[in-house]
Order: sequence, then C-alpha cells, then structure tokens
Amino acid sequence: MATLLDIQGLTISFPNATPVKDLSFQVAEAETLAIVGESGSGKSLTALALMRLLPKTADITDGSIRFAGEDLVNIPEPAMRERRGRDIAMIFQEPMTSLNPVLTIGRQIVEVLRLHRGLTRAQARREARDLLDLVRIPDPDRCLDDYPHRLSGGMRQRVMIAIAVACRPKLLIADEPTTALDVTIQAQVLELLDRLRRELSLALLLITHDLGVVGQWADRVVVMYAGRKVEEAPPEPLFNDPLHPYTQGLLAASPRLHDDLHYRDSRLSEIPGSISSAVKEKGCPFVPRCPQRRDVCRTVFPDTTMAGLGRSVACHAVTPTIATGPSLHDAAVRL
Amino acid sequence: MSTMTRLAKVLRRTTLQAVPTVIGIVILNFLLLQLAPGDAADVLAGESGSATMETVAALRARFGLDQPVLVQLIAYLDNLAHFSLGFSPRYNLPVSDIIAQRLPGTVILMLTALALALAFGITLGTVMATYAGRWPDRLISVGITLFYSIPGFWIGLMLILLFSVKLGWLPSGGSGTIGTTVSGFALVIDRARYMVLPALSLALFYIAIYSRLTRAAMLDAQTQDYVRTAAAKGLSPFAITFGHVLRNALLPVTTVAGMHLGGLLGGAVVVETVYSWPGLGRLAFEAVMSRDFSVLLGILLLSSLLVIIANVTVDLVQAWLDPRIETR
Ligand SMILES: Nc1ncnc2c1ncn2[C@@H]1O[C@H](COP(=O)(O)OP(=O)(O)OP(=O)(O)O)[C@@H](O)[C@H]1O
Ligand code: SF4
Ligand SMILES: [Mg+2]
Repeated sequence: MATLLDIQGLTISFPNATPVKDLSFQVAEAETLAIVGESGSGKSLTALALMRLLPKTADITDGSIRFAGEDLVNIPEPAMRERRGRDIAMIFQEPMTSLNPVLTIGRQIVEVLRLHRGLTRAQARREARDLLDLVRIPDPDRCLDDYPHRLSGGMRQRVMIAIAVACRPKLLIADEPTTALDVTIQAQVLELLDRLRRELSLALLLITHDLGVVGQWADRVVVMYAGRKVEEAPPEPLFNDPLHPYTQGLLAASPRLHDDLHYRDSRLSEIPGSISSAVKEKGCPFVPRCPQRRDVCRTVFPDTTMAGLGRSVACHAVTPTIATGPSLHDAAVRL
Repeated sequence: MSTMTRLAKVLRRTTLQAVPTVIGIVILNFLLLQLAPGDAADVLAGESGSATMETVAALRARFGLDQPVLVQLIAYLDNLAHFSLGFSPRYNLPVSDIIAQRLPGTVILMLTALALALAFGITLGTVMATYAGRWPDRLISVGITLFYSIPGFWIGLMLILLFSVKLGWLPSGGSGTIGTTVSGFALVIDRARYMVLPALSLALFYIAIYSRLTRAAMLDAQTQDYVRTAAAKGLSPFAITFGHVLRNALLPVTTVAGMHLGGLLGGAVVVETVYSWPGLGRLAFEAVMSRDFSVLLGILLLSSLLVIIANVTVDLVQAWLDPRIETR
C-alpha cells in the first residue's frame, strides 16, 4: 500500500516548551493508524500540526510532513486552506461544542460542500441529506433544519463525521472521537468510522487513550510518551509482547486486556507517576517512572530501532539485544 | 419549531409580563413626585408675581391639587383607564396633545443614535478583536476610552464649536431650517443636517460601550470549539469571522444594548437641551422646573413604555439570533 502521509522528525515548540520532539511515522492509504499515549503526550498537537492549525504561539520548528508527496510544512496558507476539509479532514473530541450552536446542521454541512466542491445551494442540500444518510442519522430531512442543541452527543459526532467526509478526504484525523460519549455509543461511532474508511477508502489517524479501541480497530499503533514515539507495532504483537517499559506498564495497568468489555475502561494514566515529571530535556523522558532504567538513560535519548517486521522501539533496555536490523526509515519504505 | 412560532411565543410571554410592570411604575412615579417641594400652583403664582393666598388656593382647587394624595392617585389612574393622560395647568392643554407634539422628535433622535451606536460599535469592536493587541486595537481603544469618560453635554458643545462655529458645516441647534420651503429629498437632507450632531453626541458613549462589548465577545467566541471546526473545514479567516464568530458574539451585545436603552432616554434630556432639540427630554426638563406633574407623569409613563418595547425587541432579536432560546 502506498504511503499517504510521511512525517519525519516533527518537532513542535512553544516559546518555553517543546511538547513534540523528533516524531516520525507513516500512514498508508486506507489504513487505520492509532496514536496512543496519556494526557499531555502531544497527540492533539501532532494532529493539529498536520492540519496546520496549531495555536498561534506554537510552531513547527523542525521536521517535514509529506502528504500525497507534498510538503505541508512549507506550502502557503491559502493552499493549505484548500487542503483542509477537502484532502485532510478532522473531527474532535467534544461533539457537544464542535458544532456552531446558532446555525442549522444543514447549513454547516452545505458550507463545506459549496466551499470545496462548488455545488449550488440546491445540489449541496441534496448532497448534505445523502451524507446524513451515509452516517446513519434517522430522518435526515428533518435533521438538516435542526439546530445542534436538539441532537444527542452521538448524533452530533455523526454530523461532525458527515462534515468531515463530505469532500471525500484521503485522510481523516479523529482526535479522541469517542472519549466524550457513552460506552454503547462509542462502539457505534467507531464502527461508522471503520465502515467509512472502507467504503470511501480513506486513511484514518485515530488518536485515543483507549487501548480497547486500539486492539479492535487499528492496523498499526504508535505509542507516544512526552512528545516522542517510544514504540510502534501492529496491535497483536504490541499486546502480546510489548517491548518498551512504558507500553508494558500500560498493558499491566489494564488487567483484563483481552476481555473486550474491559478494553474501553482501561486508561493509560494508571501507571504510577506522571508525565509532568518528564519535561526535562536530555535522556529518556520515562526515566523517573521506569523500572528498567540504567545510567545511560539519564543522559542519552535512545535511538529508534527496528524490532521485527513493522515494529520499532526506542529504549536502551531493548536496544542492545534486538537493535541489529535496518533503521526505521528503510523499513517504512518497505511497509 | 419554525423561527416564526418561536418568536411569537417569546412576544406573547414578554408582553404579558409588561402589564403589571407598567402599573407599578405609574404608582411609584406618582408617589415619588408628591415628595418634591412645591406644586404647579406655587410656580404659576410665583411667575405672575401678584398672587394672593386666595388665588393660589383657587388654582389648587381648580386642578384638584388640594385633594388628599390617595384621591389624586385614584383620579389619575381613572384617567389612565380611560386612555387620558390628564390636563396640564401650565400649557392649558391635554397632556397627550403636548406629548404627541414632542414624541416624534425624540424617537427619531434616539433611533438614529442607537443605529449609529450599533453600526459603529459593532464595526469597531470587530476590527479591535481582529487586531487584538496590535496597533489598530490600541488606537481605537484610546478613542473609545475618551468617548466613554467625557460627559455627553461637553462632547455636544465641542462638536458645535468645531462643526458649527469653526467650520460652519452643520447647524448648531433646532430640528430643521425655519421657514424653508424645500420638500422631498431636499427636506430629508435638511433634517439630517440638524440630526447629525445631536445624534452623534448621544451615540458616542454607546459606541464606546458596544465596541468594547463586541471586542470581548468576539475574542471569547474565537476560542470556541466550533471556530476550530470551521477552520478545519478550510474556511478563510474572513468567512470564519462573519459566518461563525460574529453572530455568536452578538448575543451578549444585544443583551447589554437592551439594558442601556433606558439610559439613552436619559441622555436625550441633556442632548436636547444642548442642541435646543424640540423633544420629550426638554419637555421633561421644563415640566420639572414648573412642577407640571401631569406632563411629567405622562412622559415617565411613556418612557417606561419605550423601555419595555425596547426590552421586548431585544428578546425577539435574541430569540432570532439564538435557536436555543425558547419559551420556558
Ligand atoms: N496552547 C498551549 N500553550 C502551551 N502549552 C500547550 C498548549 N497546548 C498544549 N500544550 C502542551 O503541550 C502538551 C501536549 O498537549 P496535547 O494537547 O497535544 O496532549 P494530548 O496528548 O492531546 O493530551 P490529551 O489526551 O489530554 O488530549 C501538553 O503538555 C500541554 O501542556
Ligand atoms: S530508555 Fe531507559 S528509562 Fe527509557 S524506557 Fe528504556 S530503560 Fe526505561
Ligand atoms: Mg488531546
């Protein structure tokens, strides 16, 4: 499968902090890549950087983002605006506040259709109706003229998804799309996303801290810690044989991982310690919480090394034994 | 529920609430005015210079001023129930006739001032929010602080000095050229020339208030999640501001604008005096000086009605802007 998105060495800085450091990963066409990591690990900032919608004070200070062969870091803002909502779309964690409360649902869908697809008002309205149908909203005709406050959270998230896929994007970024929803609704929304991924053959970048979601829906997983990628693997090997001490801690902290029902309740933050103790530069950020730490960990950040097919890990405890394969960059090309 | 039925419900609810309010205001005004020293008979007698105790007493008896307060109140309410505002001893005319003469002038002045205040206030506020922290924002801020802190009558006098005395562009007072024979469009222009300065002096304070409010409300709205959604759709900053931010920002602005409408009427008293504008404000001033309480009560009743109408209008505008507002 061809690479759609190729991120190399992405670094995001605020004037006084660097919450994402030297992050590299790839997304292939029509696959689902999950990014997991506890609160504050830089997942949302990474997603916003892809959209070039970082907060004003934040900046991409290093690295490249190649999307369909084009460098998104350096294209001018008007060109980026054309990509947003058309080639790359994004949905957010808070369906309750992500829709404009004073505009009808129909108008908010029609807006993006007219902007990027140049449809007339009537065409756009018909298309909006079909989109609501596509995301399985009952009685789409009535919903068009309804206001967001009349819909439940799950329904609103469906509307957000309808807006996101309105222009058939190649990449859909979903930043914790189900965190704010009821458990039963969560599954439905994820099923919907997966169905759309297949039907519209779009790539899905799924950001979550729910390991159950990862196990069920992801083709590959990137584990982030304190702004860095610490491990990458397909879900099966990751769950069966986690290599990085942080990933091991995660899995240990969610006891009945293979019981589907308990997947969704397992939160990453159950590992002792906190990410804020890891802000110091230099060395591995996981040192304060790592049971396997050694002296070198305090001074040198471990290189990312291959650890089997499609697997990589950044840890001094793993490196000496397995780090014999080619570098990750070569592996990514073969992927 | 369609927008129309929603608005109709809001209208019915607010109108029903207005009736007891008005009755309360009338009674309160009446009792308060009884506390002021002196009455119309005193003033008339004083002006004639040759009044005796007997003539003053006769005047009082003629206008019913010698009756107990409660009897006077009931008589007044009885008049109101028959849609009469009573009779003015000073002008020797029914109060409603006197007020009807002056009402249009004040209403036109207020509406013009309000329109100016909203148009300039919202525009300036939008500019300030768009350039928050940069020089256009700072520059406008300084100007607005001046408008806010300088009293209306002083601004009025300065405007007269500049535009009437120095530049000679605009008339310094009155509401139209006396003895003019123009009509149609020329008449409108003539009236507008007389309107500009009083309306502007009245509006400046409210421009200051509305622009600050708009700025704050827009900055607040800009941080909302739906603005990020709009940006993620690929909309331009212009489309985001006018399509998504502004309408949400107008909600708090209309609320406060409504609360300030009563103040606009108070400001009219001062401005009408400065510009010798023939309106209710000046009439009220004269009525106080001559203790012509029947005229004053009529004006106060009318003002409270104006404020209530303004509030109903605000409720309707809010319901129209915000679909979440429905009847409770
Ligand atoms: N506007 C901002 N100004 C300063 N620091 C910020 C800002 N936004 C985010 N950060 C910092 O960047 C880090 C990463 O934030 P990010 O929102 O990407 O985390 P996340 O992985 O999405 O967490 P969560 O699971 O809570 O959404 C955090 O430590 C946060 O403190
Ligand atoms: S590099 Fe060292 S501190 Fe970091 S996870 Fe590996 S063993 Fe622990
Ligand atoms: Mg986040």
